[in-house]
Amino acid sequence: MTREFTAPEVEFVGVTKQYGTGRAVLEAMNLAILKGEFVSIIGPSGCGKSTVLKLISGLAMPSAGTIRVDGMTPKNARETISYIFQDATLLPWRTVRRNVGLALELEGASSHRREEKTRALLDLVGLRTVADAYPRELSGGMKMRVSIARALATSPRLLLMDEPFAALDEMSRDHMNEELLRLRAEQKWTAVFVTHSVTEAVFLSTLIVVLAPNPGRIFAALPVNLPQPRTAMLRTSPEFDALVGQVSHTLREARSQ
Amino acid sequence: MKQRMITLASSLAVLAAALLLWQLILLVFRVPPYMLPSPWAVARAVGARLPSLETAFAITAEEALGGLLASIVAGIAIALIFAQSRWVRRMLYPYTLLLQTVPIVAIAPLILMWVGAGTASVTLIAFIISLAPIIANTTQGLVSVEENMVHLFLMHNASPAQVLFKLRLPHAVPSLFTGIRIASGISVIGAITGELYAGSSRVGEGGLGYSILYASSQLQTDYLFALVFAATVLGFSFFFLVMFFEWYFLHRWHESARTPEVE
Repeated sequence: MTREFTAPEVEFVGVTKQYGTGRAVLEAMNLAILKGEFVSIIGPSGCGKSTVLKLISGLAMPSAGTIRVDGMTPKNARETISYIFQDATLLPWRTVRRNVGLALELEGASSHRREEKTRALLDLVGLRTVADAYPRELSGGMKMRVSIARALATSPRLLLMDEPFAALDEMSRDHMNEELLRLRAEQKWTAVFVTHSVTEAVFLSTLIVVLAPNPGRIFAALPVNLPQPRTAMLRTSPEFDALVGQVSHTLREARSQ
Repeated sequence: MKQRMITLASSLAVLAAALLLWQLILLVFRVPPYMLPSPWAVARAVGARLPSLETAFAITAEEALGGLLASIVAGIAIALIFAQSRWVRRMLYPYTLLLQTVPIVAIAPLILMWVGAGTASVTLIAFIISLAPIIANTTQGLVSVEENMVHLFLMHNASPAQVLFKLRLPHAVPSLFTGIRIASGISVIGAITGELYAGSSRVGEGGLGYSILYASSQLQTDYLFALVFAATVLGFSFFFLVMFFEWYFLHRWHESARTPEVE
């Protein structure tokens, strides 16, 4: 993935976010995320990782600075954005099928298009057999798949993910990582991914942004030039290990700031 | 299944023991029947006066059900107003507390004065007494939606109406049923209490509360017991009716509505 010749999908210029009169959660942040990139945001807790996503989505407004998403204000760009939360946020009274169709339903898609799209997505994430089950009957990993399918239903160009696999065990998490890359290869969205896991960040990303706390700011931006497409095999390669080591080291430095 | 049979059998054994104790007390202390009739006399009274019991039962059931249904409709409407803003809730919530704390026996004579004796005032009393738990629980359900779920709706440009009808209202259904369950019990109590005051517009014919008053004045203690028994049956029927609807609407998706397992 080359970083030249592509316009920024997300642009932060001098963005500060402060709640009330307290210390800034984020201070004077400049960031450009290019189309087609997979950017992971990693950092010690309290450094404003989730706030970055809230700002991109327009769920929070910056105290200073400007944010552009595809050249528009975040709120105007919402049609092209999907947000995946840490918990799957499925509506428990809806079946899997109707949960996947929710975003389309809210945006007023015809029931015909909704059904067609929902069916295709359920196949894509491997949930066809549980289409009529209710969320409480599903495992954590399956719930997250439903959440991803729902987010992809509106054909987003930008996918915001806030530690979506934090609650999963390592095996399921690795598997979901591979699935996520497979979906991305097919659909070519740009991704901003918040995580605590260094290996996850290295495996998924084209760029890792390390934040430092108090106030939250960018400490380092590390490109990940591992070959695409990435498969499970990559995790056992020496280059992968070296990068994990490098990111972990940077993260420790950021923490001691 | 076997477990259930054992539970049922032991419950019946407790009942039998209680009846036996009852009979024993009568024999040992030589209690006169107008103070405490024997279980057998009560059973006989039920058989002999079944038509009037049925009439009284039907009248009270109708009043309590009318009051309950009205309180569900009004309670949901008020909860929807309460859910609009914290400010509205702060302003109006003390008055729902008032609704809950004013002793119904104290305002019953007023209602009787304003509305007149009979079914209408009793229904009104049942309505007033069952309104507060429905407002409180439904409001709680409407406002306790997870923040991320609201964010999800906002991300897909949901209208306020969509947030209300596709998110807040369905989310509030389990709490609404909790409210209805509480209200169903007190609506029966409200109707019977109301009848003690506003009993009947026709002499000699009224609901359970009215008949209880009448039976006690006539020292028909066996019939009085039969009426108390009927009132209990009415309370139970309301409770199970609500339980059934709750199960019907919620069992597929909500944890609380699964059939409770017998330990």
